[in-house]
Amino acid sequence: MKLITAIIKPFKLDEVREALSEMGVQGITVTEVKGFGRQKGHTELYRGAEYVVDFLPKTKIEAAVDDAIVDRAIEAIEGAARTGKIGDGKIFVYDLQQVVRIRTGETGNDAL
Amino acid sequence: MKRILKSVILASALLLGAGSSQLVMADDVKPAVVAAEPASAPAAAPDSAAASSGAAPAATVAAAPASAPVAEAAPASAAAAPAAVPNKGDTAWMLVATLLVILMTLPGLALFYGGLVRTKNMLSVLMQVFMIFAVIIVLWCIYGYSLAFTEGGNFIGSFDRVFLNGIWDPAKASFTTAATFSKGVVIPEFVYVAFQATFAAITCGLIIGAFAERAKFSAVLAFVVIWFTFSYLPIAHMVWFWTGPDAIKDAATLATETAKAGYLWQKGALDFAGGTVVHINAAIAGLVGAIMIGKRVGYGREAMAPHSLTMTMIGASLLWVGWFGFNAGSALEAGDVAALAFVNTLLATAAATVSWVFGEWMSKGKPSMLGGASGAVAGLVAITPACGYVGPMGALMIGLIAGVVCLWGVNGLKRLIGADDSLDVFGVHGVGGILGALLTGVFAAPSLGGQGIFDYVTNKMSADPYSIFAQVTTQATAVGVTIIWSAVVSVIAYKLVDLVIGLRVPEDEEREGLDITSHGESAYHS
Repeated sequence: MKLITAIIKPFKLDEVREALSEMGVQGITVTEVKGFGRQKGHTELYRGAEYVVDFLPKTKIEAAVDDAIVDRAIEAIEGAARTGKIGDGKIFVYDLQQVVRIRTGETGNDAL
Repeated sequence: MKRILKSVILASALLLGAGSSQLVMADDVKPAVVAAEPASAPAAAPDSAAASSGAAPAATVAAAPASAPVAEAAPASAAAAPAAVPNKGDTAWMLVATLLVILMTLPGLALFYGGLVRTKNMLSVLMQVFMIFAVIIVLWCIYGYSLAFTEGGNFIGSFDRVFLNGIWDPAKASFTTAATFSKGVVIPEFVYVAFQATFAAITCGLIIGAFAERAKFSAVLAFVVIWFTFSYLPIAHMVWFWTGPDAIKDAATLATETAKAGYLWQKGALDFAGGTVVHINAAIAGLVGAIMIGKRVGYGREAMAPHSLTMTMIGASLLWVGWFGFNAGSALEAGDVAALAFVNTLLATAAATVSWVFGEWMSKGKPSMLGGASGAVAGLVAITPACGYVGPMGALMIGLIAGVVCLWGVNGLKRLIGADDSLDVFGVHGVGGILGALLTGVFAAPSLGGQGIFDYVTNKMSADPYSIFAQVTTQATAVGVTIIWSAVVSVIAYKLVDLVIGLRVPEDEEREGLDITSHGESAYHS
């Protein structure tokens, strides 16, 4: 099992969710986050005061998937989230030790 | 002589001579008129503005035709001048105008300011504006109105109307009236009391923007009470108080009536709706406060971006709408001058919005919503003293100039001054107010489409040539007196409050935010 964490542009969230649902991912967790990468921040100007905003708003998606579909899931996220412009985000993949469905007590692949 | 003439009564033209800036006072010349009330006792009872015009208080002749202009009435000395009756249309308009000015403060100004601070200080700003409004209204009715708008010295009025005494005589079922700028036209004095109350309240509310996000709530209230008493009331009296036009019949009565007016009124300063009294007065108090209270913790190093420009836009829009009550209402009657002030307010504000936004677009690269809202307020401020005296194209010019000059006020000038005027009270209200006051002297010139100076003796435009230079000098005198007066009172008041309660909150409270630490609540829950 793998845990896929993807940082994407917030407005791409719906497309990514659809793409993941279509290829069989059962659930995802979404968090609003801020950060910087190569895109850097931007400046905001309020009357005479100028502020550099270092951290831009992004959306973080987490999905636990079976090893068998991890590559397709990565492709789905990549395809749906790409605009080709700087700031599209990144995908991180980790090994996942264990998964438990709290309601039934199922574990491993059965719990995904 | 010429100078005296000029120095005095100026005004908005109009056939009848609707007139100049705020004014008035109900004095016995035109006291309460109540239907069916026979000419009994000399003017309503305790009216002490009495002394006025030597004219023994005109009797309250009830059935007298209200229409006859006072001017045509019996000679000054004679007792029975027909008393004017308020026109219901005028009264209704002035009540609406008063409501509009209330709307400017609650919630207009509060939201305009509130949106500009950080989330953690939102409620503190709303609360300061809200509470100041309430406190000032109370003080206004107790002693403020009396000191500002009764006959006393040239710098301050008297205690004749303390507790609003003498306006209503329940036993006789009579109410006094307040004069307007037109002879024979009056409004109920209670309407004038309420209308002017809202001006005092918004002026005091304006100040807090300069030291937002760090001042102690109790200190703010204490300061405002002192400043209201010793700066707002005298300046309002100096600029706006006169006994009304009705007693003016010839050069002699003009001189005697003028002698009773406020100091700056006598000098001939033009301030239709409050450039000096409201905006410059408040802006100086704010600037002095920003300097004496000191900069916010982290000023210049940490981001202090506005938390909701949406609120600021709503607030600015409510200010714009409410300002029609402020400016057009300052005509004190529903007539031609009110209409002129209305159009000028509409046009100058639009022009200032355009010039600020394009100025910002060209110099900074982007046209911002905050720029739009700020430009509108700058235009409103600048046209305030001029709106009843200048023509529409004069208003357009004042607006266009105000937009770019105030844009400089919150950029170059702000850096030059170096104070942390949190919400740019001085940059917008101070700069806009001074500019508007001076330009009033320019664009009031008949040669530039303005009204010139109204002569209440001949009841038409003054025959003397209008001197732009002389009028601008007079305007500058009024500006200077206001700046110095307000600054001196402010320094003393802040010092006093600092010694007794301390001006600002401790640093940790400032960091946590005034909403929680001063008021025990938060504006937003996520």
